Amino acid sequence: MDFLLLLASPLTGAAVLALLGARRFAPELNIAFSLATFLAACALTVHVVSAGALSFAHEQFFIDPFNVFLVTLTALVGLTTAIFSRPYMRIEIEHGRVRAPQLRLYHSMYQLFMSTMLVALTTNNMGLVWVAMEGATLSTVLLVTLYRTGASLEAGWKYFVLCGVGIAQALFGTLLLYFAAEHALGAEGVRALLWTHLNGVKGQLEPKVLSLAFVFLLVGYGTKVGLAPLHNWLPDAHAEGPTPISAVLSGLLLNVALYAVVRCKILVEGSLHSALPSQMLMGFGLLSVLLAAFFLWRQRDIKRLFAYSSIEHMGIITFAFGMGGAVANFAALLHMTVHSLTKSAIFFAAGHAAQKSGSQLMDHIRGLITLSPTVGWGLMMGSLAILGVPPFGVFASEFLILTTAMREQPWATPLLLAALGVAFAAIFGRVQPMVFGETTARRLPHPPALLPVFVHLGLVLALGLYIPPYLADWYRAAARLIGGG
Amino acid sequence: MAGVSLDLQLLNLCAALLLLLSFAMLSQRRIVNLVNLLALQGAVLFVATLLIAWRTHQAHLYLSAGLTLGLKVLLLPYLLHRLIRRLQVYWDAEPLLNISGTMLIGVLIVVFSFGLAQPISALASTATRNAIGIAVAVVLLSFLTMIIRRKAMSQVVGFLSMENGLFFGAMSATYGMPMVVEFGVALDVLVAVLVLGIFFFQIREQFDSLDLHHLESLREDAAARRAE
Amino acid sequence: MRPIGIITQLLELIVALAAAPLFVGWINQCRAWLQNRSAPSLWLPYRGIRKLFHKDAVIAAGASPLFRLAPYMVFAAMVVAAGIIPSMGTRLPLTQVADAIALVGLLATARVFMSLAAMDIGTAFGTLGARREMMVGFLAEPALLMVIFVASLISATTALPAITEHLATQSLGLYPSLAFTAVAFLMVLLAENARIPVDNPATHLELTMIHEALLLEYSARHLALMEWAAALKLFNYACIGFALFIPWGVSTRGSAPVTLLASLPLLVAKLAVAGAVLALIETVSAKLRVFRAPEFLATAFLFAVLGLLVHLLLGA
Repeated sequence: MDFLLLLASPLTGAAVLALLGARRFAPELNIAFSLATFLAACALTVHVVSAGALSFAHEQFFIDPFNVFLVTLTALVGLTTAIFSRPYMRIEIEHGRVRAPQLRLYHSMYQLFMSTMLVALTTNNMGLVWVAMEGATLSTVLLVTLYRTGASLEAGWKYFVLCGVGIAQALFGTLLLYFAAEHALGAEGVRALLWTHLNGVKGQLEPKVLSLAFVFLLVGYGTKVGLAPLHNWLPDAHAEGPTPISAVLSGLLLNVALYAVVRCKILVEGSLHSALPSQMLMGFGLLSVLLAAFFLWRQRDIKRLFAYSSIEHMGIITFAFGMGGAVANFAALLHMTVHSLTKSAIFFAAGHAAQKSGSQLMDHIRGLITLSPTVGWGLMMGSLAILGVPPFGVFASEFLILTTAMREQPWATPLLLAALGVAFAAIFGRVQPMVFGETTARRLPHPPALLPVFVHLGLVLALGLYIPPYLADWYRAAARLIGGG
Repeated sequence: MAGVSLDLQLLNLCAALLLLLSFAMLSQRRIVNLVNLLALQGAVLFVATLLIAWRTHQAHLYLSAGLTLGLKVLLLPYLLHRLIRRLQVYWDAEPLLNISGTMLIGVLIVVFSFGLAQPISALASTATRNAIGIAVAVVLLSFLTMIIRRKAMSQVVGFLSMENGLFFGAMSATYGMPMVVEFGVALDVLVAVLVLGIFFFQIREQFDSLDLHHLESLREDAAARRAE
Repeated sequence: MRPIGIITQLLELIVALAAAPLFVGWINQCRAWLQNRSAPSLWLPYRGIRKLFHKDAVIAAGASPLFRLAPYMVFAAMVVAAGIIPSMGTRLPLTQVADAIALVGLLATARVFMSLAAMDIGTAFGTLGARREMMVGFLAEPALLMVIFVASLISATTALPAITEHLATQSLGLYPSLAFTAVAFLMVLLAENARIPVDNPATHLELTMIHEALLLEYSARHLALMEWAAALKLFNYACIGFALFIPWGVSTRGSAPVTLLASLPLLVAKLAVAGAVLALIETVSAKLRVFRAPEFLATAFLFAVLGLLVHLLLGA
């Protein structure tokens, strides 16, 4: 029941908002649907905590320790972003950047995007994961081009082509997976793409085919994670689309794509008994971290800056999953959570900051704290949190990852540390003058919703100080499931 | 070839035709013809699917053959032709590479795909396993088409032809994917074309052209310049 | 060497020498019909050759012995080539010393002599024609070799009679690879024999001509031999095509010697159809600019390579 609601709520929302998305009350409706989704996710979580892993609809969907917390996280960020987008989109209308039909598109696609994310997370069928990931691209591509400017169209086109081509590789990978599975499972053809079944027979899957499949799956879904060198779409799409979309792209889509990669890695590692998948993940992860740190220096646009920061953090998480083992997996999962919360909070604050200054260029954003202390502090705290300053949760997860790296992969530690240092200098150096100093900001027609920013940052802070035992148990169970190391 | 049944011979012929069509797409510069070639590719795919369905007596393959006919032979080409008429884009600009060079790369790609598909073909138990290499080649050749073309329209045709190649790969390696997945993929492809249709109008409204060199300002160096 | 072999060999050579100009005449006649002109006589090429043999030869002042030698070399190469193509029977003693690759070599030898002779005089047209001929040849030869490789791969031999026998005796089937190579071969045939998309056999003085430019300085018996050789070349190409793609009806090893007689009318029928098809192609297509000829031949090469790849991939 709760599961049905979880998927039905955003889908119904998409349909209803396709009709009513331009009305005055549409933003509230958007929040209401997101809230319903979130409540369903909470109910489902409670359900799973008491009853253990579940499966639905002839095993086509399932909930296990790995995806349950991602479902809750996704629903939560979906809700807070909906709350944030209410005043944000109204201000955009007042500024004349968006008109009523676009608003309808925005609301409808927002809910559709949420439903694709939830399907991708909960489905047991690796083929449906692909379908949902492609659906996520399609539902967001028109949102990236919402402003219809030249730059946003270019960003949208790049996003579509790169992710489209990437995802085609993933389809080929899925096909190979199915091929190997049919070989191992024989007559069980219909169920051959169900992850739980594959996981059961992963030792018998043909290693040669699976290693080939993994390359394609990693390249395919890795494009959506934004792993270098396939990250080109990511900064553009983040910078040119409306800010709520940047927030959900960074906070949710990247996570879900990485989730798909890790699911594949579990299968491939079980079949190969070699370090190849781990090494590939570590290699791509490290490359992304280094590349992002390098590009962070050159950014002038506030949303591009944080988009590159997302690439960096996805790189760190990928690297951690690559190392594998209980501690690194635990840290990676924690990092996924806190990065998602922090980065969406930063985008909320940055979105309002850009609206107040009338520009996304960091040189034009000055002295936020004078006119709007909450936006200023939100941006400052968010940046500090994402840079890994204690006592925020990012510190805890990065600390765990780094210490594990020192023990397991000592060669990578100096590179990681250097990249983190560079990122710190680049981001802090840019954010500081934006927050303090002479102001360039103006008043906005609608009061910004800063509740989500502080809720997210509060959660990240809380996770940095204390991880509740049931959450830690989840992480541990998921870490065991992911294995490796 | 002696001793091979007629339907398998026909399937091999389909595979060969698919490869030929991919090369034709690579060299074709009129966008209308490109779309026709895509429709033809869909038709060959439809015949191949029917043959496999008939051979293996799997009912769901008839369904996916019907899906192929409806979507890839009729609906998508129709939508694309309509787009071409409404947008008035008939010719692609000079491709980034001359024809002979492209063909040479294409041949190398086929050899590469052959090598790539070898281990898979060796394991496959389907009668059509030899065609897996051709499916991989079609995918990679479509990829090449996307790389060397400048007009958005031709890139989309390349994208769709890549999907055709993947579909053929699924057919020849495992007699198709589970039906849920196939429906999902078909739905995604259809939505993709619709979304792109909207997208093209937006691009043209903005730039008065569908030439993709307008979409090259968002590079790192260019972004830095714009900011200054 | 068994008598049937010698008989086959002699018969084939005689048929080739006699039928080659007739084949050209037939194509010209078909073309005229298709273009609504009144057709020239079927025997016109013979009359032309006879007339030329009766004339006195004029040779340019600076010509070297090579210039005089070339027509004989070219003609001889074509005659030998005709001897190793199984157009009527596969029991050919000559083919034991020359396989399909040697055949390509023979054709190349003829080309080299023709081009050298054309340059020997030092006129602008001759040099131009030689250069173009070499360009066409250098692109057409690999395509032709590829075509032959595919047939060789299928029948696991490079000896033409064995290829023909293998292809003629196996069960009927769909061969995508052979279909591709047949298209490639047709394109090579058109290019190599100065037919229309690449060259125009009907013109003598055009800046774009290739084949005729090579012959401009020749007269009398030399010219007669050259034209006869050109006719033989076309005949040879047609017979290679029959040997590879429609091999049925040829008198094979082990069949009764009488089949040799039956193969003659069949060859005539094949030639008649091929000539009509060639005339049709030439009528419906327009001549390409010289600079587009490489593209045409690259396409031929591509088809041949595709045939090869399809054979390797599908085993068909």
